[in-house]
Amino acid sequence: MLRTASYYLSAATLAVSLAGGANAQSWSDQPVNPDKVDVDVAVAYEEGGRYYNEDDIPTYNVADDGTVDWLTFSGFRRYHAECHVCHGPDGEGSTYAPKIKNSAVHMDYYAFYDVVVNGRENGNSVMPHFGDNPNVMCYLDDIYVYLKARGMEAVPRGRPGKKEAKSEMIQEAEDACMG
Amino acid sequence: MKKLKLFTSGIALCCASMAFANDDLVSQMDDPKQWAIQTGDYENQRYSELDQINADNVGDLQVAWTFSTGVLRGHEGGPLVIGDTMYVHTPFPNMVYALDLSQEGKIIWKYEPKQDPNVIPVMCCDTVNRGVAYAEGKIFLHQADTKIVALDAETGEVQWEAVNGDPGIGETNTATVLPVKDKVIVGISGGEFGVRGHVTAYDMNSGEQVWRAYSMGPDSDILADPENTTHLGEPVGADSGTNTWEGDQWKIGGGTTWGWYSADLEENLMYYGTGNPSTWNPAQRPGDNRWSMTIMARDIDTGMAKWFYQMTPHDEWDYDGINEMILTDQEVDGEMRKLLTHFDRNGLAYTMDRVSGELLVAEKFDPVVNWTTGVDMDPESDTYGRPAVVAQYSTEQNGEDVNSTGICPAALGTKDQQPAAYSPKTETFYVPTNHVCMDYEPFRVSYTAGQPYVGATLAMYPAPDSHGGMGNFIAWDNINGEIKWSIPEQFSVWSGALATAGDVVFYGTLEGHLKAVHAETGEQLYRFKTPSGIIGNVMTYESDGKQYVAVLSGVGGWAGIGLAAGLTNPNDGLGAVGGYAALSDYTALGGQLTVFALPD
Repeated sequence: MLRTASYYLSAATLAVSLAGGANAQSWSDQPVNPDKVDVDVAVAYEEGGRYYNEDDIPTYNVADDGTVDWLTFSGFRRYHAECHVCHGPDGEGSTYAPKIKNSAVHMDYYAFYDVVVNGRENGNSVMPHFGDNPNVMCYLDDIYVYLKARGMEAVPRGRPGKKEAKSEMIQEAEDACMG
Repeated sequence: MKKLKLFTSGIALCCASMAFANDDLVSQMDDPKQWAIQTGDYENQRYSELDQINADNVGDLQVAWTFSTGVLRGHEGGPLVIGDTMYVHTPFPNMVYALDLSQEGKIIWKYEPKQDPNVIPVMCCDTVNRGVAYAEGKIFLHQADTKIVALDAETGEVQWEAVNGDPGIGETNTATVLPVKDKVIVGISGGEFGVRGHVTAYDMNSGEQVWRAYSMGPDSDILADPENTTHLGEPVGADSGTNTWEGDQWKIGGGTTWGWYSADLEENLMYYGTGNPSTWNPAQRPGDNRWSMTIMARDIDTGMAKWFYQMTPHDEWDYDGINEMILTDQEVDGEMRKLLTHFDRNGLAYTMDRVSGELLVAEKFDPVVNWTTGVDMDPESDTYGRPAVVAQYSTEQNGEDVNSTGICPAALGTKDQQPAAYSPKTETFYVPTNHVCMDYEPFRVSYTAGQPYVGATLAMYPAPDSHGGMGNFIAWDNINGEIKWSIPEQFSVWSGALATAGDVVFYGTLEGHLKAVHAETGEQLYRFKTPSGIIGNVMTYESDGKQYVAVLSGVGGWAGIGLAAGLTNPNDGLGAVGGYAALSDYTALGGQLTVFALPD
């Protein structure tokens, strides 16, 4: 299903899903209290090195010794290439773009996906659309789980020290997506 | 002295080329009561002859008046003063205000362009703009969306417009323009979007394009002559802008041109530097990637290149070569030479002969610089002029998907665009610097027009085993290649410096302080905390017999990204994370001009 669909398909589906929303920045810097926020990040199952919650939404997995799943590590890398020039190091925000690590917690997965694919505008604050950028779209789940882990303070700032190996399934999906 | 020199050069030119349309700006710049060009003068010295405010009395400085720009983003550049009028610009949406200095800064006119907000997210690193330029009764604004507008300086009415690039493929603008002779010469931004950089001259009166010189591509695109254009004294040969690239990669090769430009009217040359090659993943673009990372000397009238010098062949760290070229006439080994001094992102300060392109000095201007052991200065050597790369810090040699750690400087460079100043009185350069190192991991990316084309993950942190701060303000001797003194700063110094005949040097800090230090010793003489962090450049002027010093506040830009939340050092291990100063603990957004003067 979603996890196997190409990003083009996901983009098309999701464009429909977000309608009213977009009270752009009002929520974006809202702090997150990981102990109180009602977000289901618990791992329900794992499939080929990817982790999901009960609702089949991608989530992070941090082992007791701090080892992170591959997607969280990969998200760290891709985030700091594609997103960091506006949203700052580690999702911490900048002088003009929100703390996106909090957005990843407050926003629904599908809404998050939609904004990345289609972008949005709020006066002089503009999120670009990345729907045709494979460097982002092929790694959007990676970026999402990384930021969610940051927002929930499941991983500290900086480069994750230990990571799971990249699974064959993830490699195959990456090769197919990047072309 | 200076007056005499400019006068003679004006004569020389008028007789050689007849059409010397722009004596106006030369005479405006020569009047120390004005600040007629962003860079202070064509030499980019940022030096003023005014000395009413001097080392003895600068401690008494007070705020004379202030002006809110109405914009919150990062405010780079600074105001101009021509006669009784001050011209103040803003970041996107790039408003321009003309203020009447004889009526307490009353607004004479205001210009606000209409721009597509979709240009905002294709601007790397905030929507800064480094200011307007003046010549021949016109104010020149180069907008974020690459439209160049000539405004009537008296009324603000549009006289002509020209479009220099296409934001749809990531071409944007952040720089000011260089008005010189009968031309307006402009650059382009977008190195992180695979833009092929170029410099373009427009006719000052009509806005018609006169010439365009790309940074890479065929000889006819880069305006290079295989025989007469030289690199360190040798002809560059045919196809120099394509033969160090694989296939067609030069077409998305980067080498953008968003820095400050200088000009030598006697030699009829203009000078600038080109930026990083795209992408940041060096493995994806084998070869020297000429002419990215290059100092260029071009004929003002034709754009033809006289000489190139590539500082960082095959960049592996994003050390854009765009920083300003400061022109000075100084004695070297008993002989007067026409020099060009350049403080590069890569941490090396270069002193060159600006007529011949000969390399005279290349030394580190921050001792922590570690990616190179230095530049080969032996003209007989095969690697003459090349920096020796330290394998441990080579992201190319370490390869894709490998995190190279502890590289100094970080990608933002030992110095970014924030311009240095030069005092002919002390023969010293005053340089705002960054003191930041990084980890850098390149990986494979694919190119999509108009989308970021980066290909590396970076982590930045204050230089280890140093004073813990992220910046220094240094005094530099360009003949001996030595630091004279250095003032440690908690944050990167992202403000352009000003040197004056009053033996005072001014600069701003990211916390928001305007600081005045002694030109000889660096001793702090004055400081005042303005409403927001300073990434603008300090300027001075005289009005009604009184000297003023002015600077824009308004934190943002690269500094507003990296430092807003504070830096972390992953190599420090757990616990130290977040331990460094966060800019957001010191200042908040807000564009404001603060003007200082001595009490009556």
